[in-house]
Amino acid sequence: MPSYLPIVILGAIALGFGVFVLAASHIIGRPRPDARKLSTYECGMPPVGTARERFPIKFYLVCMLFILFDVETAFFYPWALVMDTLGIYGLMAMGTFFLVLAVGFVYEWKVGAMDW
Amino acid sequence: MMIDAVLFYVFAAIAVASAVVVIGQRNPMYSAFALVVTLCSVAVIFGLLGSPFIAVLQVIVYAGAIMVLFLFVLMLLNVKREKDSPSRGQRTLSGVALALVTVLVLQAGAVLLRSRPTPAPDYDASTFEMAKILFSPHFLYAFEATSILILAALVGAVVLAKKEL
Repeated sequence: MPSYLPIVILGAIALGFGVFVLAASHIIGRPRPDARKLSTYECGMPPVGTARERFPIKFYLVCMLFILFDVETAFFYPWALVMDTLGIYGLMAMGTFFLVLAVGFVYEWKVGAMDW
Repeated sequence: MMIDAVLFYVFAAIAVASAVVVIGQRNPMYSAFALVVTLCSVAVIFGLLGSPFIAVLQVIVYAGAIMVLFLFVLMLLNVKREKDSPSRGQRTLSGVALALVTVLVLQAGAVLLRSRPTPAPDYDASTFEMAKILFSPHFLYAFEATSILILAALVGAVVLAKKEL
């Protein structure tokens, strides 16, 4: 089993930083709440209406296309590890895989799936 | 390897508990977030089995991308909090009963077949070994077929979501 110690340390630092910032602002800061400070934060804009609304399906399409190419990338990573040992066979195997997905990419581009 | 066993049971318990929250929760958004917890605990179990690559993929693809897809669907349909139905208690009861029967049947089958859970063989599940198997000629056809599967999903998503092509 590989050593996960570096990941645990990274997580501990991330958690520690978050706790430190919250604790420091709690101890040092003097809370003076007002209606504006307590209102929902929306990137500095005044919040308009309810957030529980229906969303356009365009978001769904972009997300779907993202996942599909995400999965494609997931195959590239292990391939990159064994690329040297596989030689021309590996290049052709991945080339075919990539070509089929390139067809899909050209299709979605031509059809305007990524136009907003 | 004591710590491995402890970590396994802790994260297995978290996975099961959050899975119960997924189905027991009335608010679909909370269900979705409980599912993130389940998927992340399963990722830890993959890591404990010695496959960090699969663990990371589980987080990136499932807990990341697929969860966003779920949330988009919830937002697209604007799913509201589930209403209480009069037969709720009855349905919970029948669900628990069905789960118990399933466990009993599986256990009975295991006893009858005299199969015991065996510890995982001491294989090398590193990313390098996995990649060697994945790109061996034995799995070449399955690998290439995956690209067709992804292509079909891509075309399907575009056709369904785009009104005018």
